[in-house]
Amino acid sequence: MKKFATLFAALAVLIVMPSQQSLSGEAVTSEEGKHFDADETPTYKIDEDGTVDWFTYSGFRRYHSECHVCHGPDGLGSTFAPPIVDSLKTLSYDDFNDVVVNGREKVGASETSKMPAFGINLNVMCFLDDIYIYLKARSDEAIGRGRPAKKHRKTEVTRTNEIECMEG
Amino acid sequence: MKKLLIATCVAAAAVMSAGPVAANDELLVMEQNPADWVSPTGNYANHRYSGLAQINADNVGDLKVDWTFSTGVLRGHEGAPLVIGNMMYVHTPFPNKVYALDMDQDGAIVWRYEPKQDPDTIPVMCCDTVNRGLAYGDGKLFLHQADTTVVALNPATGEVVWKVQNGDAKIGETGTSAVMVVKDKIIVGISGGEFGVRGSITAYNMKDGSLAWRGYSMGPDSDTLMDPEKTTHLGTPVGADSGTNTWEGDQWKIGGGTTWGWYSYDPELDLIYYGTGNPSTWNPTQRPGDNRWSMTIFARNPDTGMAKWVYQMTPHDEWDFDGVNEMILAELEIGGKMRKTLVHFDRNGFGYTLDRETGELLVAEKFDPAVNWATHVDMKTGRPQVVDRYSTRHQGEDVNTTNICPAALGTKDQQPAAFSPKTKLFYVPTNHVCMDYEPFRVSYTAGQPYVGATLAMYPAPGGTHMGNFIAWDATEGKIVWSNPERFSVWSGALATAGDIVFYGTLEGHLKAVDATSGQELYSFKTPSGIIGNVMTFMHGGKQKIAVLSGIGGWAGIGLAAGLTEPSDGLGAVGGYAALSNYTALGGQLTVFTLP
Repeated sequence: MKKFATLFAALAVLIVMPSQQSLSGEAVTSEEGKHFDADETPTYKIDEDGTVDWFTYSGFRRYHSECHVCHGPDGLGSTFAPPIVDSLKTLSYDDFNDVVVNGREKVGASETSKMPAFGINLNVMCFLDDIYIYLKARSDEAIGRGRPAKKHRKTEVTRTNEIECMEG
Repeated sequence: MKKLLIATCVAAAAVMSAGPVAANDELLVMEQNPADWVSPTGNYANHRYSGLAQINADNVGDLKVDWTFSTGVLRGHEGAPLVIGNMMYVHTPFPNKVYALDMDQDGAIVWRYEPKQDPDTIPVMCCDTVNRGLAYGDGKLFLHQADTTVVALNPATGEVVWKVQNGDAKIGETGTSAVMVVKDKIIVGISGGEFGVRGSITAYNMKDGSLAWRGYSMGPDSDTLMDPEKTTHLGTPVGADSGTNTWEGDQWKIGGGTTWGWYSYDPELDLIYYGTGNPSTWNPTQRPGDNRWSMTIFARNPDTGMAKWVYQMTPHDEWDFDGVNEMILAELEIGGKMRKTLVHFDRNGFGYTLDRETGELLVAEKFDPAVNWATHVDMKTGRPQVVDRYSTRHQGEDVNTTNICPAALGTKDQQPAAFSPKTKLFYVPTNHVCMDYEPFRVSYTAGQPYVGATLAMYPAPGGTHMGNFIAWDATEGKIVWSNPERFSVWSGALATAGDIVFYGTLEGHLKAVDATSGQELYSFKTPSGIIGNVMTFMHGGKQKIAVLSGIGGWAGIGLAAGLTEPSDGLGAVGGYAALSNYTALGGQLTVFTLP
């Protein structure tokens, strides 16, 4: 049902605002410090003074532990793997999850590139939304490069969820 | 024709049956011939020095490109080709192709070898699919593939003589290093420190690839091949189970200490030398204790693998300062006395000089003044005196420790330094980059990254350059001269009897500098950034200089997008040069000579 709703919403956006970024997500609702856009897709929320929500900050940390050794600092890509800040301009939340969980392989004449499947990696899976939210904020240019200077605190519920998830 | 072939085979068999020492002697003789480049490190002592002087300080300015060769592979090209007579052997990153070029036939490809490897190997290679090249011995060429297959190739045909599997890529074990031929064995390392791999060094019998011994970096004495009474650390016996008793619980089983650097050998002392990498994870709080024997210089017997001495440079690493960089063996006068020394430029920013017979620490000084994580090394205990402010353990989990110098890529990474017996100086490619480092808790899953820290890198304070190429006096521990470079210098150096030193830059320049003054004498921009090592040889009566271009590796990943101001927070823009503005992917060999 969710999938259908997402598809429908995406389609609607496409029809109504063809020149706009169809995947941009402004925070509409929130739950325990986590924000969602009109399609109920997790998204970032940056205050006027630059304070970022916990998940954007958490995503910054997790990205720079798990992803940056291939995709480069701040999602900008490297000589080895593409810039995700660009990928997310066209890649949906569901597609992003699919690629991270299941991996992807590209075979070319001069090189073969391979995104690994992180589906069994708790350091990634428990923070999948965090990483998406951070990269989405980067892709939408809602935040710049480097470590977010100010952040909202992690809620107790989030803390409990993380521990439960990490303990598998 | 058939008869001739048989005669050749008989001759080869005669050499082989002369006993296990034959191959070693063969290589010792071959490496004396400066017309060839038979070992990836120049010689057993890792000098990367050539006695050739046709190209020298007076004429190097006239150097011209002689010929070029595209490898057909993108990605980071580390290492250097080998030259034996008229044949040149060129290797590539994954998929690890090998080309045999006949220089007498205008570089015609005599044979090519391309292994079939599982693409799943690619993403478990932290920091690009590099390979540091081939080794030669006993009439075979040895290639250590990404998936840890070690193959012996027939240099005449490229046919596989034997192959052996050294590790398991499914649990993150990969191959990036060149093997070393010693006596009747080959010495093979392993990569995967960021995947919780337990590091080891393995000797295979050169004849058939059968296992001779394996020495782990950590674990019980039977695994580390240590004698509690006879193996010493700074002159003191290590005692029983030294490879487990500075670890908590079973963490040593996924303890890192991988061995992906360069190895050296002293035929007189009959010892091999190498260093071990970071303990895993990068979150020090998850692995209390000294984490022996990660970050350690090892001296082992090549026949049995037994460790004679060890020296742990960075106990309980908190910064990813792998100890794998090359050990250069040189005879140096220290305090009025000639010593058989081992000189090592560590990621942690200290240049060490040790007595390679006993493992005694003689000199430990910073080879970049920016290094700040430790004030000095205590010469009695050998321990670096760590500054609390830069200690990620002291600052704790979930705390961002800032302005640590050097960054995780070290003051120097694997790119090997050169030593000139003529000037007695060491020529060292270095990084001049600092970092913020925030460790946090991670869980281990076999074959998945096991990192546990977030880091940001930026140029050292007071400048915008990210590298230096320096000359180092290892008897005193002093920088003699230092040339700033826009980016980290990630290319192996070459010193020659022509009083010049060569190195490559990440922008792609091949440079020659005066060995005494450091003055730049020549620069040529090759098609892609250089992370390969410069080598030299003779062909057709002319001295040639060759280097692989092909940007990538740790440097290509960390510097491609450019670095940012430290801890600047929102809106920080790349204030420093982005490597992607200077160069792009491409694997090519460029060969230079005088007109």
